[in-house]
Parts: sequence; structure tokens; C-alpha cells
Amino acid sequence: MKKVISLVMVMALVMCLMAGCGSNTESATTATEAPADTETAADTETEAPAEGGSFYIGGIGPITGDNAIYGLAVMNGAQIAVDEINAAGGINGYTVEYKFEDDVADGETAVNAYNNLMDWGMQVLVGPTTTGSAISVSAKVYEERVFALTPSASSPDVTAGKDNMFQLCFTDPNQGSGSAVYMGANMPEAKVAVIYRNDDAYSQGIRDTFVAEAANQNLEVVYEGTFTEDTATDFSVQLTAAQAAGADTVFLPIYYQPASVIMAQANAMGYAPTFFGVDGMDGILTLDGFDTSLAEGVMVLTPFSATAEDELTQNFVAEYNERYGETPNQFAADGYDCVYAIKQAMENAGCTPDMSAEEICDAMVEQFTSMSFSGLTGTDMTWSTAGEVSKMPVAVVIENGVYVTAE
Amino acid sequence: MNIKTRKPKKTTVIDFATYIGVILVFIVMNTLKNQGMLTRSLTGQLIPICCYIVMAVSLNLTVGILGELSLGHAGFMSVGAFSGVVAAMSLQGAIPSEPLRLAIALVVGAVFAAIAGTLVGIPVLRLRGDYLAIVTLAFGEIIKELINCLIIGVDETGLHMVFNVTGSKSVNDLGLSEAGRVLIKGAQGATGTQTISTFTAGFILIMISLVVILNLVRSRSGRAIMALRDNRIAAESVGINITKYKMMAFVTSAALAGAAGALYGLNYSNLVATKFDFNTSILVLVFVVLGGLGNIWGSIIAATVLTILPEALRGFDDYRMLIYAVVLILVMLATNNPQMKSLFAKLIPVRKGDKVNGQD
Repeated sequence: MKKVISLVMVMALVMCLMAGCGSNTESATTATEAPADTETAADTETEAPAEGGSFYIGGIGPITGDNAIYGLAVMNGAQIAVDEINAAGGINGYTVEYKFEDDVADGETAVNAYNNLMDWGMQVLVGPTTTGSAISVSAKVYEERVFALTPSASSPDVTAGKDNMFQLCFTDPNQGSGSAVYMGANMPEAKVAVIYRNDDAYSQGIRDTFVAEAANQNLEVVYEGTFTEDTATDFSVQLTAAQAAGADTVFLPIYYQPASVIMAQANAMGYAPTFFGVDGMDGILTLDGFDTSLAEGVMVLTPFSATAEDELTQNFVAEYNERYGETPNQFAADGYDCVYAIKQAMENAGCTPDMSAEEICDAMVEQFTSMSFSGLTGTDMTWSTAGEVSKMPVAVVIENGVYVTAE
Repeated sequence: MNIKTRKPKKTTVIDFATYIGVILVFIVMNTLKNQGMLTRSLTGQLIPICCYIVMAVSLNLTVGILGELSLGHAGFMSVGAFSGVVAAMSLQGAIPSEPLRLAIALVVGAVFAAIAGTLVGIPVLRLRGDYLAIVTLAFGEIIKELINCLIIGVDETGLHMVFNVTGSKSVNDLGLSEAGRVLIKGAQGATGTQTISTFTAGFILIMISLVVILNLVRSRSGRAIMALRDNRIAAESVGINITKYKMMAFVTSAALAGAAGALYGLNYSNLVATKFDFNTSILVLVFVVLGGLGNIWGSIIAATVLTILPEALRGFDDYRMLIYAVVLILVMLATNNPQMKSLFAKLIPVRKGDKVNGQD
């Protein structure tokens, strides 16, 4: 009996290894030529698909682990855009191939995912989704001249010093100061408490700029509470202190997961301030097991509102709902916009799939710094040479489980 | 282990087979890499693999040879990584040569980790068993929190450092001049690091750690350390200085982990302290346990295979980590199976060299 079991186990092990290697060797064929001779690599790519070649667009983000909602949203949003483009005749008449790799929001895994996509033949990268991963990968794309447009990695460090790394989302400083400006204009007299995660680049970055701008806006920050990844399960101390300090607005520059815990605990202790979040809060409505009634009245500063009236948004929301059974959040819209922004730039530049990643990169950098793009998350977006986008944030309020544009 | 020490010849053979195996694999991989025969995915993993091998081998010294369960090994890696990054980045102007700067960073990383190892070792090594495990675990967490509070910048007057305990300080409090650069931004970690790690440096680091550890283990001190592990009271009764030998193993292990950390830190342009959490310590411990306690070449193979495996399983998409876990359990069961063991025992006289060489 034991022999049988051990035999089965060994077989299973061998199978797993073989399967793993299999996928590796498959992609190896394109990769071996790619670094050595870009022209031959491009040739093999043009021959592979049936009609005249495809553009290879890759994506990176967390689709497993704690931050999976972001990666999944970006992946799905971009997938819709790619399918629409292919159905409408592709970019310059060429179809688009799209592949998304998981990075668990970890820098090391993100670089591995990037290398994996390069083996596949990626020409343009839509990603990475989270900040830490994006900084790690941005060094690689800069070195290897691959054009990258991140949908949601918001730290200025992502684009700093790299001419071919662009952002479609606001930077952290913009979000922090934007929130302070909005509060100053729309809720004067507010006594603000800030609860942020001080071991996280994103959260700390927004907090720094928010507090700096709050001083200019005559906002009174009455309390600042911190937590770390390991203490993100209990916020009673911070909430009690915020309540004792008389805060009527709680600014949460954090991801939706700890935010959901904060809301539940505040509700349990009978503390009902106005919660104000930034783009990391987006996604809270689709969190498994979260009672959306707790998020009632929460304000989120986001570039995208699923209830917007325009036709583009309506179509996108309907399509997303049909495919994935939920209302898309900002990240899905960012992913969608990224693909269309790349399409527009490629069409302007007249790119063809037989161009190497480096040639496309140069053309794209030129286009992105000169073009203006209108999409789901803003109209007439332009990019600076530093790679930062300029667009207007919109404040939305959660009412009856959906986002509604705030006054 | 006792049997092995009684037959010194066999251990020497295994040691040399380990050296030769590592050298051969390096030559093969380096040739393939230079000829562009490797996938990008594998090329990108070569340096992390080197780091994890050194981590596993050094932890094996504490867990396998000294017999103390340490759950804070990633803490030493973290100390080494951040001190190495600071050293390499601040010397950017003074030393233009990248390999030299990398070597200095590795040494600095090792020294700082050794200091941390000494500081932790003095109180901690008085404890035994579960208590030691818990304290080392706490140490790893403390290091993580401390680095989260650390803001370091450099300008022409030297290093500036702010310790941001309350969370209210930021980069502006450093008082850097115009030409200054921020190296570590607290929670945001070290960003914009110039990536200067090379596969060759990783190979040299592995060889150095092998030479250090294998020579230590086969020396008089090494026998004293193993005597401590096997029976502390008996060892003490024959006059072995417990504290000295424990510290020797623990600090050596910490220093090597620090060097591995520096190599790792200089391989990525972004490094955050949360990377070196409890999970990373456990990951390295898994390498050691899977490779066999006290078995150095086992650690090397386990670290290599388990680093490549999650990437090789990308074909499975969402089920990748699930399959990784299943494979891990199966391997643990299979290597502990008495029948498998006796099978290996029969094969070992013939296949010893092959297995080491064929680690890829």
C-alpha cells in the first residue's frame, strides 16, 4: 500500500515538474532569439499568427493574495479593451495579443513576471499595478527600452528618472493634496483624523502630502494614527483616540481591506464620522463578505465613477457587468484606458508588429508626451515628459452600494 | 551525522563533490546565459537563487549544525540588504568601479549583520528550544519595524539619518543639500537603487559561504558545535565553552545572511523592509528542512528548486501557489519515507557526484 502511495506521489511530482518545464520551453523559442537579434525575433512573431501579425501587450499585477482585487480589475478592464479593439479591426489593422501575469504585489515576483512576458515576446507593458512592483520593474523597462504604462502605480518614484515609464493614475502627492483641497473647499470646519499604514509606501506618501496641504487649507488635523501590515486587524485604539479627539472626518489613505475593518469597528463602537478615501479605497464594494451598508456615505476621490452618464462609461459598465458580474471600479477603468491610450499612440505613430520593442518604445515616448487622450477616467489627459498624467479627480459618495458623483 | 564524522574520508568526498558541482553548474549556466540560450525568466532568477542558496546554507549552520531553531534569519538578510544598499549608493561617486562597490557592499552587509547577530546572540543563545525560536522571530519583526522608521540620505557632507518613530517626520527633515539624494525613505524602502549585482558575484558568494561553513563544520570548532547539538550536558562536562561555540556558529550564519541580503538588495531598484518578514524566514527554513538538516548540498538543491518552482508553475495560472504547496508536501513526505531513504542509501555510493552536479 505504501509503495503505491509513494509511487503516486512521485508520479504527481514528476507531472508537476514536467508541466512547469513545458510551459517554459514553449516560450523559450521566441526568447532565445529575442535578445540576440531583434529582427529575427520580430520575424518569427510576424509569421506565427495567421493574418499579418499581432502586437504583444503584456500586463502585470496581483491576481492572487491580499491585493488581488486591483490586479483582477486591471486584467479584466484591459481584456475588454483588447477584445473590443480586435473586434473593431485591431491597431493599424493588426490584432492585439494580451497576456497578464501574477506578481502577488511583490517586487521580486514582478520582475520574474516581467521576464516571463519578455520570453513571450511582449512589446508594450500595461503595468505593473501596485507601486512597489512598478518601481522594481521600471528599472528593468528603462534598461531594456520597453514602453510601460502603469494603470495604477501612483508613487512618483515609479516614473522618476525613466523617460519610457508613464502613469495613467494620479501620483500620490496629487491624491494627498487633491484630497486636502477638496476637503478645504467642500467641508470647511472639518476636524480630520488620519489613519494610515506607516510601513507602506503608498499610504505614507499620501499622508505626507495631505498633511502638508491641509495646513494651507486651514484644515484641522486633530489626530494621526498609524498601523502596520501586522496590526491591520484591530483599530479600536486608533478609532477611540480619533473619537476622543473630536474628529468628524476620518481620512483613510489606505487600501480597501484594512478600511473595511475600520468601518466595521467604527460601526460597532457607535462612531459615525465621514470616511474619506482615495483610489485604494476603490474596490471596497466588491470585497467578499463585506457589508456594503457600512460603506454608506463614504467619500472616495477617484477619477472614475461607474454611474457617469456618458456613453463610453455606460457601455463599459454594461460590458463589465455582463462578463464578470460586478460593477467595475477605477482600476478596471484604468486598465481599459491604458490599452486605448496605447492604441491611440500606436496609430498616431504608425507602429507595426514587426517593429522591435525598442523602436515601438521610442515612437510611444514621442507620442505620449505630445498627444492628448480622452477615456473613461478623464478627458483630454496629457502626459509630462516625466511620465505623470494630468487629469481631474472626481469625488464620489457611496449611496445604496454604488458610487454617485458628489457635489 | 555521527557516522559521517567517524569516516572523515566520505565527508571530504561529499564536500569536494559539492564544490565541484556548484562550479560546474555555474560554468554551464554562465555559458548558456552568455550565448543567450536561457529564457529571460531563468536568467532573471539566477541572482535571487544565489541569494537564497547562501541564506539556506547559512541557516543550515544554525539549525542543522548548531541545532537551534532560528525563525529570524530574514532579519539578518534585511540588515545586510539595507546597509549594503546604503554603502553601495553612498560610494557611487567615490568608487566608480561597480564590482568593487558591490564587493564593499557585501562586506558592509556582512559586518552589520554580524553586529546584529552578536547583539541578538548574547541574550538569545542563553535560551533553548521553543524560547529561542520565539525570540528570534521577535527579532526579525523588530528589525522590520526599525527599518520602517529609518530615513537615510546622502549629500557631499556625508550620510544624514532621521529616525521616524512617531511617523510624523519625512524626507524633508533630513536637511539634505541640493545635490543630496535620499537612499532609504522609511516605509517606502530603498528606491532608485542602482542594480549592480551580478551572477558571478552570486557564485563567488556561494563559494565563500561553502568554504567558510564546510571548513568550520569539519574543524575542531565544528565538532564542538555538533557535540553541543547532540548532547549539551556531555559537551559541557568535557570543557567545551558553550557560549563561545554557539556564538561562533550564530554570528557566522548572520554574517553570511547579511552578505546574501546585500546581493539581493542591489539586484532590485526597489526594496522594502516588509519583504523580509516572517514568511521569508520560514521560506528559508523550508529550504533547509527540505534539503535535510545539516546537509549543505541538500540546502543548495532545495533552495534552487523551490525558487524556480513557483515561476515554472506559471502555466497553471491561479492554481500556481496551490500546486506549489502540494508539491512541497509531497516532497516532504517522499523524502521522509523509509523506503525512499533506503533506496537513496543504496544509490548514494554510485550517484553521489551525479546528484550534486545534476542539481539544475
